[in-house]
Amino acid sequence: MATTLTTSDLVRQSLTSRKTDRLGTLLAVALLVSLFCVLGLLVTLIASIVAQGWGTLADRGLEFVQGALNPEPARAGVYQGIIGSVLLMVIVVLVAFPLGIGAAVYLEEYARDSKITRALTANIRNLAGVPSIVFGLLGLAVFVKLLSGLTGGRTVIAGGLTLAVLVLPIMIITASEALRAVPTSIREAAYGVGATRWEVVRHHVLPVAAPAIFTGAVLTIARAFGESAPLLLAGAIVGNFLSNGTMSTWQVVTEGNYTALPIIVFNWARQPQQEFRAITAAAIIVLLVLLFIVNAGAILLRDRFEKRAIRG
Amino acid sequence: MDRPLTVTTDHGRAGLDLRGDPARRRRERLIRGILFGSAAFSILVSAAIILSLLGEAVTFVSQIELGQLWADGWFPRRGRFDLWTIFVHSLLITAIAMVVAVPLGLGSAIYLSEYARPNVRRVIKPTLEVLAGIPSVVLGFFALAFITPQVLQRLFESTQIFNMLAAGIGVGILTTPLIASISEDAMRSVPLALREASYGLGARKVHTTLRVVIPSAVSGIVASFIVGVSRAIGETMVVAIAAGASGGSLLNWNPLKGGQTMTGAMASLAIGSDQVAGDDAAFQSLFFVGLLLFLITLILNVASERFVRRVRQRY
Repeated sequence: MATTLTTSDLVRQSLTSRKTDRLGTLLAVALLVSLFCVLGLLVTLIASIVAQGWGTLADRGLEFVQGALNPEPARAGVYQGIIGSVLLMVIVVLVAFPLGIGAAVYLEEYARDSKITRALTANIRNLAGVPSIVFGLLGLAVFVKLLSGLTGGRTVIAGGLTLAVLVLPIMIITASEALRAVPTSIREAAYGVGATRWEVVRHHVLPVAAPAIFTGAVLTIARAFGESAPLLLAGAIVGNFLSNGTMSTWQVVTEGNYTALPIIVFNWARQPQQEFRAITAAAIIVLLVLLFIVNAGAILLRDRFEKRAIRG
Repeated sequence: MDRPLTVTTDHGRAGLDLRGDPARRRRERLIRGILFGSAAFSILVSAAIILSLLGEAVTFVSQIELGQLWADGWFPRRGRFDLWTIFVHSLLITAIAMVVAVPLGLGSAIYLSEYARPNVRRVIKPTLEVLAGIPSVVLGFFALAFITPQVLQRLFESTQIFNMLAAGIGVGILTTPLIASISEDAMRSVPLALREASYGLGARKVHTTLRVVIPSAVSGIVASFIVGVSRAIGETMVVAIAAGASGGSLLNWNPLKGGQTMTGAMASLAIGSDQVAGDDAAFQSLFFVGLLLFLITLILNVASERFVRRVRQRY
C-alpha cells in the first residue's frame, strides 16, 4: 500500500469500513479543548482579578476612585489616572478621527489606482504593525523634544498626540472598510443627478457608512485607552506626583504632570509589597469597567445611528 | 449664479462646457487637497519614525566602542550593551508565546470556521474579541500575580517571582485571539465549492478539514503565525511587568528565571527616572534597540502581507 493515501482511497475506506471515525472524533475533541482553554483563560483572568481586587473596591468604594496617588497603598487612589486617560482620549478623538476619516475618504473615494496610492496604503498597513513602544520613541523625539514649544514638553498633549499617531493607521483601515461596504449604486445615483465628488461623499456615502465608521472609531479609542508602553516614553509620570490642585484645567493640560490608568496599573504591579497587589487588581477592575462602558456606549449609539439612517 | 452651458471653441473644436460653477470647482479642489493631506500625513509619520530612530541610533553607535555591543550582559548604565542577550531573551519569550498561541489560536479558528454552528459562533466570536481587547498591562499583572505563584511555582519549585516563562505565557494569551481571527478569516475565504466537492467524493469532515480546507488556506494561516511573532516580539508591558531584570541582565537560557528583552530594556530605560531626558549613551541605546525592533517587525509584517496576498489572489 502506498504511504500516502489518495482521496479516493480514503473514500473507499470510509465507505467500506465499519469502524467509527476515530480520527474525526479526536480532531473534534482537540479543537473543543483548545477553544475551552481560551475561554477558560479569559474566565480565570477575570475571576482572579476580581478575587484580588474586589475587597479594596468594596471597602473603599468611591474614595479609591477619587483618591490621589500615594506611596501608601491603603490611601492611594486612581483619580489622576482617570483624568489623565480621559484627557488623552479627548486629544486622540480630536486628532485621529478627522485625520483618519479624511485619509480613508481620500483613499477610497478620490484616489486612483496609482503608484502613489499604493505606496500610501502599503505605508499605512506597515504602520499598523509597528510595535507601540516604537511610537513612544517617536513621541519622545518629536512631541516631547522637537515640538516642546507647542506641546509644553512632557504634558498630556504630547502623550495624546503620541497615542493619536499610534491609532491613526487602525482608524484609517477600519474607516476604509466601512466606506468600501457602501454600495456603488448610491454613488452612481448621486453623480447621475449632477453632484460633485465631495457632495456625493458628504451627503450620500458618509451617512451610510457612519455607523460602521463610528464603531471602528470607538474600538480604536478602546485600544488607545488600554495602551501604556508609548506613554512611558512620551512623558507620563510613573510613580507619585502632587495633584495639581491649584492649577486651572488649561494649565494642567499644557504644563502639568500627567499619568494614565494603565500606567498606574503598571507602576503598582511592579511594587514588591503585597498590599499593592490588591489595589493593582482594583485599579484593573476600574480600567476594565471604563473600557466596558466605552464599548457598550458605542454599540448603543451605533444602533441609534442605524435606525436614523434607515428612517432617512 | 448658475452659468449657462456655453459653447466654446477649444482647439478649433466646438463643444459643451460642462465644468460647472467655478466657485463650486474651487471648493472641490480645496477639499480634495485637504483629504490628500490627511492621507499623506501617514507618510510624514513613517518618515518621522525612521528619522528619529536613525538619528539617535547613529549617535549611539558613534559614541560607544563597538566592543560594548558584545559585552557581558545588558547593563546600559554600566556601558555594557550586549544586544545578543536581550535578543535571545526576546526570542525565548516569543517562542514560549507561540507554543501557547499557535495551538490555541489555530484550534479555535478551525473550530469556529469548520465546526461551530452559527449560533455558537455568535457567542464565541465576541468572547474572543473581548480577550483581544484586554490591555496588555492587565495580562502582565495576571502573569505576575496568578500564573507565576498559582501555576508555575507549584509545578517547578525553582521558579523565580519574575520569570520569562510566565511572561511568555502572558504574551501567548495576548496573541491567541490575533492568530485565531486571521487564520479563521483565511479558512472562511476558502470557497464552499471545495468543501462540497470533498464531501461529494464521500470524504468525512476531518479529511475535508485537514486535507482540503487547511492546505487551501495555508498561506493565510502562516501569515497569522508571522503576525503573531511580530506582535509577540514587540509586546512590552507583559514583559516589563512579569519578566523582571529591570536593571539589566546577563544572558540566561533558563525560562524559570528573569531576563530582560528588547522591549523590556526599552521600558526600563524609559522609566529609569529622568535619565531618559539626558544625553548619555544609555538614553541613546533606547533608540538603537527601537530601530532594531522596528526593522524586525517591519520584515515580519511585509512577509505576512506577501502570504496573505497569495490567498487573496487564488480566490
